[in-house]
Amino acid sequence: MTKQVEKVDRVIIRFAGDSGDGMQLTGDRFTSETAAFGNDLSTLPDFPAEIRAPAGTLPGVSAFQLHFADHDILTPGDAPDVLVAMNPAALKANLKDVPRGGTVIVNTDEFTPRALTKVGYAADPLEDGSLDGYKVHRVALTTQTVKVLEGFDISRKDAERAKNMYSLGLLSWLYHRPTEATVTFLEKKFAKKPTIAAANVAAFRAGWNYGETTEDFVVSYEIAPAPMPQGTYRNIHGNLALAYGLIAAGHQSGLPLFLGAYPITPASDILHELSKHKNHGVRTFQAEDEIAGIGAALGASFGGALGVTTTSGPGIALKGETIGLAVSLELPLVICDIQRGGPSTGLPTKTEQSDLLLAMFGRNGEAPVPIVAPRSPADCFDAALEAVRIAVTYRTPVFLLSDGYLANGSEPWHIPDVADLPEIAPNFAAGPNKVHEDGSEEFWPFLRDPETLARPWAIPGTAGLEHRIGGIEKQDGTGNISYDPANHDLMVRTRAAKVAGIAIPDLEVDDPSGEAKILVLGWGSTYGPIQAACRQVRRGGQQVAHAHLRHLNPFPANLGRILKEYDRVLIPEMNLGQLSMLIRARYLVDAVGYNQVRGLPFKAAELAEVIKNLIESDAVAKVGV
Amino acid sequence: MPELLKLTTKDFKTDQEVRWCPGCGDYAILAAVQGFMPSLGIAREDIVFVSGIGCSSRFPYYMNTYGLHSIHGRAPAIATGLAASRPDLSVWVVTGDGDALSIGGNHLIHALRRNVNLKILLFNNRIYGLTKGQYSPTSELGKITKSTPYGSLDAPFNPVSLALGAEATFVARTIDSDRKHLTSVLQAAAEHQGTALIEIYQNCNIFNDGAFENLKDNSVRDRHLIRLEHGQPIAFGAEDERYGIVRMPDATLKVVPLEQAGDSVLIHDAHAPEPDLAFALSRLPDPATLSPTPIGVFRDVTRPTYDQLMADQLDDAARKLGSGKLAELLTGSDTWTIS
Ligand SMILES: Cc1ncc(C[n+]2csc(CCOP(=O)(O)OP(=O)(O)O)c2C)c(N)n1
Ligand code: SF4
Ligand SMILES: [Mg+2]
Repeated sequence: MTKQVEKVDRVIIRFAGDSGDGMQLTGDRFTSETAAFGNDLSTLPDFPAEIRAPAGTLPGVSAFQLHFADHDILTPGDAPDVLVAMNPAALKANLKDVPRGGTVIVNTDEFTPRALTKVGYAADPLEDGSLDGYKVHRVALTTQTVKVLEGFDISRKDAERAKNMYSLGLLSWLYHRPTEATVTFLEKKFAKKPTIAAANVAAFRAGWNYGETTEDFVVSYEIAPAPMPQGTYRNIHGNLALAYGLIAAGHQSGLPLFLGAYPITPASDILHELSKHKNHGVRTFQAEDEIAGIGAALGASFGGALGVTTTSGPGIALKGETIGLAVSLELPLVICDIQRGGPSTGLPTKTEQSDLLLAMFGRNGEAPVPIVAPRSPADCFDAALEAVRIAVTYRTPVFLLSDGYLANGSEPWHIPDVADLPEIAPNFAAGPNKVHEDGSEEFWPFLRDPETLARPWAIPGTAGLEHRIGGIEKQDGTGNISYDPANHDLMVRTRAAKVAGIAIPDLEVDDPSGEAKILVLGWGSTYGPIQAACRQVRRGGQQVAHAHLRHLNPFPANLGRILKEYDRVLIPEMNLGQLSMLIRARYLVDAVGYNQVRGLPFKAAELAEVIKNLIESDAVAKVGV
Repeated sequence: MPELLKLTTKDFKTDQEVRWCPGCGDYAILAAVQGFMPSLGIAREDIVFVSGIGCSSRFPYYMNTYGLHSIHGRAPAIATGLAASRPDLSVWVVTGDGDALSIGGNHLIHALRRNVNLKILLFNNRIYGLTKGQYSPTSELGKITKSTPYGSLDAPFNPVSLALGAEATFVARTIDSDRKHLTSVLQAAAEHQGTALIEIYQNCNIFNDGAFENLKDNSVRDRHLIRLEHGQPIAFGAEDERYGIVRMPDATLKVVPLEQAGDSVLIHDAHAPEPDLAFALSRLPDPATLSPTPIGVFRDVTRPTYDQLMADQLDDAARKLGSGKLAELLTGSDTWTIS
């Protein structure tokens, strides 16, 4: 049978199954194949907080969405073109997201009466017309996999488990993915169990061959590689990029990296990653709690290390007092908050941007802390370097506000040339800095650099610079304890001025026509959806500008001017309006919020709709109807 | 080394006005520590004092070394980061009974079990001094204070027992006013590799005056104080009324008149691999009267230190994998190239 090959410019696939079905692994492998093929891509894993949620239930469904294209893309996609549903729960939980006309591949083996009842299907959706209007492929994935693996000396359970590789093989055939890397990967992953490795490879190949031979699939698809700038690329997750950024910052500053952390989703992978790289001089300390994690990091900073702590919202709540101490001590410290849904334990595995005001204000007293936010998974690398630059240059704790979507999402990363990375100079104090009238010299730990207002960083081991500092208010200059009212006023204002004066780049506005009347202002991980939405709006002939904040404290110097240049400012956020509140208070701009806290990134199409409505209502308002 | 450095007590004093109440036991401890430091033979710049919050935690301001006065209860955690990343430093923690055992209890036990190279001086005055006299986790049951006008309800911690239970490798107790004993314990702690916990009975003459009077008053203290010395019989008492400690068949310890005890008086073994004797000794005093109270080194055993193990892992990794190359790391193994 000859098969048709169709060229398409982009595809969104969602793999969905039970937590135990290996959907994340399947998605990861498909992503690697796709990256190696040279498509642009963006991924969105979406999994339950439970390690093995009850099998076959709706809460137990684990999904992985991948968007790949022959051109530059920004998001994991709004709605899947293809859904792979490994069981009725996966179908039920995900079908509503697939537009009519979309492709649904189901594992019919799992559609037993019991499994159907478990998720509340009164009738079999494969039979009752629920799937009318979809291109449905019914594949007995489990049976076919087990059959293929009959000759292997493995348990039935292990054979059944390989069905995810069978489905990966089928999808790989469907989209012409390269397969060698997956074979190598499986051989490496199961190196200690060669039979299992061979079985998985066999299942993978069988899936491919099934696509090739079955009459059920008559068309396969080609998505050409995307044009990308010259260079070497790899696919990278946000947490990995963040960890690499920290290691790179250690190299660039010459400071030994010290991570103090307590495990918490979705930040733990940074701890896991950093603990692998001891040959880069990285020390990782799994503390007894979040307070000890940041305490140890701060102690290490006092000793001249690059102190870092990684956590999520609940951990930040615990670290507040120590962050205040770091503000008072004026020592470098990087606090990575991989935000997740809150309050309290909230939605551990889902994304949200609701810690912005916590980072901004969540401490007693006037305790300003600079805030840096990455905009995409790969950007976590640069954002980490920037956070370290500020922390070291200005002797201050710095917040790095990532989130669950960035942490677990991935995209191609243009690997930077190490020679191009910024230098970060710790400039440790080496001698006395205060000359008295009589010519005698002394070291004053709070005598500031007039330019940056940073204080000297004198580390133990430096003779002659012994000094004592603490969280009690310090006298300007000497650093001695001082309760003097005027001094406290001065110190509070000086600490604020230091943070307000941090040198950061101006904000750039993306407004290709220069004629937009509406500005969409975002921060952090909403970059992709907002930019994609703006492109959609522009394709429709309307104009809109987009500016995206990397620095949330201080704000870029030109932000106020930019805001005033537009008739309306729209601020989409995955919270109830935290950046909006800051912008309105600071610039007296009547910004409009668009807010969602669904634990998932924005959909570009939805945002585009919001932008269009605003453009239209604004135009109407101006005409004065 | 000490003779090379030629430091004196004066070298360890700062120009800061000491702000404890007149008569506070903290003065005596400060004087003893300042007097002891030169004998360490460690340069001032290689010594760091880290403290939490409390009267006692003002200590670093008065030591002419590096110093960090941190936040309530967190000094062991902060010092852990410092000591783990700078094994070359001599790191001392100063803390109070509230600081170490109430708000900072978690950090204390974990520092002890990790055996980070820290010397922890726990100033136990059995009261909250800085916040003006509330009862503390070491106050005797039924203690009447501002916050417990009808008497406290919670049983106190015995810091030595607690530390032994937390896998501490070095545990000692001493008294603020006994400079010689205090200095000898500091000496032993300084020589110990790993976390050393020294409980120092400290008089707060404002809010809990005389809490340790039985152990200090020349005329009675011999009757209440057991001076532990490694390898020596565990005995105490006035000239005419000596007692020895013996182990009963049920393994408990008992105080018996010395002549009656004869050869069965226990010999103190601070280096015993198991902490059972040390623990039993820590249970001897009556929590209300503190009699009889053993002082000295309860336990001093060797276990690898956390900071050393951490440094070894880094060295091992560098030896096996070579010193980390950034470009190699960033590139990884799964790349593609667009030319
Ligand atoms: C987070 C926090 N909670 C409470 C306090 C108030 N506080 C300061 S010191 C202290 C207790 C001090 O008692 P202790 O540790 O025994 O030290 P002492 O003053 O007796 O030497 C308390 C409750 C504080 N500074 N910080
Ligand atoms: S309150 Fe007590 S512990 Fe505090 S300084 Fe005064 S006497 Fe010393
Ligand atoms: Mg106290």
